[in-house]
Amino acid sequence: MSTRTKRSVRAGQYVALLCYLVFLAFPFLWLISTAFKPAPELGSLHPTWIPHHPTLDNFRQAFDEQPLLRATANSLIAALSAGLIAVLIATPMAYVMARHRTRLATAATGWVVVSQAFPFVLLIIPLFLVLKNLHLINTLWGLILVYVVWALPFALWMLVGYVRAVPRELEEAAAVDGAGRLRTLVSVTAPLLAPGIVATALFAFITAWNEFFFALVLLKTPEKQTLPVVLTHFLGAEGAADLGPLAAAAFLATLPSLVLFAVIQRRITGGMLAGAVKN
Amino acid sequence: MRALVRTAAATATALALLLTGCGGNDDGDADGKVTLRFQSLAWQKESVDINKQLVKEWNAAHPDVRVEYVQGSWDSVHDQLLTSFEGGEAPDIIHDASDDLADFAYGGYLADLRPLLPDALTDGIPRNSWETATFDGGVYGVPFLQEPRVLIANTKILKESGVRIPTAEKPWSWAEFRRVTEELTGEGRYGVAWPLKEPVSVTLNLGLSAGGELFHRGADGKVTVAMGEGDQVVPGTIHDQVNTDHSAARTALGMGGGDTLPGFFGGKYAMVPLGFSYRQQVVEQAPKGFEWTVLPAPAGRDGLAQGVSPQTLSVAEDSPHKKEAVRFIDFLLKPANMVRLAKGDWMLPTGTEALADPSLHTADRGWATGAALAGSLRSAPAQSVRGYPEWKDKVATPAFQEYYSGAIDAAELRKRLVTDGNRVLARYQR
Repeated sequence: MSTRTKRSVRAGQYVALLCYLVFLAFPFLWLISTAFKPAPELGSLHPTWIPHHPTLDNFRQAFDEQPLLRATANSLIAALSAGLIAVLIATPMAYVMARHRTRLATAATGWVVVSQAFPFVLLIIPLFLVLKNLHLINTLWGLILVYVVWALPFALWMLVGYVRAVPRELEEAAAVDGAGRLRTLVSVTAPLLAPGIVATALFAFITAWNEFFFALVLLKTPEKQTLPVVLTHFLGAEGAADLGPLAAAAFLATLPSLVLFAVIQRRITGGMLAGAVKN
Repeated sequence: MRALVRTAAATATALALLLTGCGGNDDGDADGKVTLRFQSLAWQKESVDINKQLVKEWNAAHPDVRVEYVQGSWDSVHDQLLTSFEGGEAPDIIHDASDDLADFAYGGYLADLRPLLPDALTDGIPRNSWETATFDGGVYGVPFLQEPRVLIANTKILKESGVRIPTAEKPWSWAEFRRVTEELTGEGRYGVAWPLKEPVSVTLNLGLSAGGELFHRGADGKVTVAMGEGDQVVPGTIHDQVNTDHSAARTALGMGGGDTLPGFFGGKYAMVPLGFSYRQQVVEQAPKGFEWTVLPAPAGRDGLAQGVSPQTLSVAEDSPHKKEAVRFIDFLLKPANMVRLAKGDWMLPTGTEALADPSLHTADRGWATGAALAGSLRSAPAQSVRGYPEWKDKVATPAFQEYYSGAIDAAELRKRLVTDGNRVLARYQR
C-alpha cells in the first residue's frame, strides 16, 4: 500500500471516528446547552449550541424544587453497594464456573440465560410482595437487594469470561513454584482479574445508578427516593416538561458516572494490557 | 491490587455505616395520632408550593391527623399505583386523573366515596364533573381541576389577516375554522399546528362538539364502537387541513404540545390547539413583545362541548382512615383553596363557587375564555369503557396517525376503529 493510500485510509478512519464521537456526544452536549439556557431561548425556533444569555437559574430552580442532593446520596449508596456486593458474590462463583466444568456450573449458566428472558414488569409485583414480607419495602436495603439480584446474572457472565481469559498455565506455574491455592489466587489470578472485576462492578453500578422502575415502586417516602425517580418530578402530564431544570438536574445526574469512568478507565486499560502481555 | 482491596473495604465500611440509617419507617398510629399519606402529582413549582402550603395549613389546624406530602409523577403514576395497590402499600389519598381511575375502581382498589363525602362538597361540584369519576354507580374520585383544549393564537397574525376573532359566545364552526386556517397559511407559515402525538384523546374529546359519540352502550350494558356522521367532523377537518389544504403543518403531527411552541413563537404556526394549562409555558418561554391570545376551540352541532378528564383525589380502599382522608380532601377543595390550586396549575376548578372567583374571569392570559368554556365540558368519551386502553393503543392510535398523515383514507379508518376495535372491546365484555 502506498504512503498516499495509507494516509487517505487513516484520514477516513479519523473522519469515521469523529462522526461516531459526534453521534455519541450530541445528546450530552445538547443537554449541557439546554441546562444553561434561559426559558425564552428554550422556546426559540432556531436554537443555538451556545446559549446567548447563559444562566445558572435552571440549576438554582432544580435544587430549589427537588431534593437533588439527598436523592444523589441515596443513588450513590444504592449503586455503590449493589456494585460492590454483586462483585463480591459473582467473583468466586465465576471462578468456580470457569475452572470447574460441573453440572452445577452448567445449570448456573442456564440460569443466567433464563434470567435475562424476564422483563422486570413481570417480576415487579411478586418481588414487591416478597420484599414486603421481609419488611424491606421503602428501604434502601431492599432496593440494593433487588439491584444485586438483577445485576448478578450478567455480572457472573462477564466475570466467567474474564476468568477464562486468565491462562490456567499461570496458576499451574505458581503451583510448581510452591505457591499454595490461596496464594495463587491472591497473587496471580486476582491481579490479572482486577480489570474484569472493576469493569463488572462498574456495570453493576451504572445499572443501579440509572435504574428507575424498581426504585419508583419500592421506595415510598421522599427521603428515600433515588435520582432517576426525582428527575421525573420535572415531568408533567401529556409529555409536558420543565425543560430547563430537568436538563440541569439530568446533567448533574450524569456526572458521577462520568467521573467514575474517568478515574477507573486507565486502570481497566492498564490491567487488560498487562494480562495480554502475560498471555 | 492492595490499593483496590483497601478502597473496596473502605467503601464497604462507609456504606454499611450509611445503611444503618436507611431502615423503613412506619406510618403507624402509636401515639393515637393518624398519619395520612397524600401522593400529589403537582409538578410545577407554583403548584407544588401551593399543595405543600395547604398540607402545612392542615397539619397546623389538625394536630391529630397529620398529612404527609409524597411527590408522585404523572409519567409513571399508573404502574406505581398498581404495584402499591397489589402490595397493600398505597398512599391514603391519591391524586390522579379520571381517565386513569377505571381499572383501579373496577379492581376494587379505590374507596367508593359516596357515603363519605360531605354534602357541601358533593353539591359544590356539577354533575358533569362527578360523572367523570363515576364507575358502575360508585364515585371513586373527587374531580377538582380540569382543562379544556383551546386555540392559542398569535395576535399579530390574526389581526393582520382580518379574520373574525371567535369568542365563547360566537365561536368558529369547524368549517369556518378550516377556512380561517387556509387564510392564515402562506409565506412559510401554517394556519395551525396540530400536536397529535396522542391523537386519540384529542380527537375524541373535541369530537363531542360535533356530536361525536363513537362509543355506544347498548341495553345490555355492552359497549360497541360505531362511527356516525358527527364522529367524522373533527378527524375529517384535521385530515383535510394537513393533506388537502396544507394549512396544518404535517411535521407537527408527531409532536407533543410543548414541541410546537418554538414554531409558534417563531411565527411558523398562527395557532396551536393546546390544553389550557400550556399558557404557563407560553408565558415563560415567549420572546419579549410576543402577543398571544386564547380562543375557544371550534364548535359543532353540540356547541362548544368537549371531553375532559379532570384531575381527581381518591382514597385507597385499603386505607384504615378513609373518613379522615375525605376530611382532608374536603379541606383541600374548599372553594378558596380550589382557586389557589387552579391558579397554581393554570387550570379551571370544577367547583361552582371556585369557578365564580373574579380572578378566574380576567381577560389577562386567557382566563376568561377558559372559564367561559367550563359549562361545556363533559366526561371524556370512553374513559369508563373497559378495554379502552387497549383499543386506544393497539387500534385507534396507529389508525388516526396513519389517517392524519394521509396514509389511509376515511373508509380504512372506519374499518379499523369499528371492526378491529369492536373485536378488542368484545374480549373485555364477555
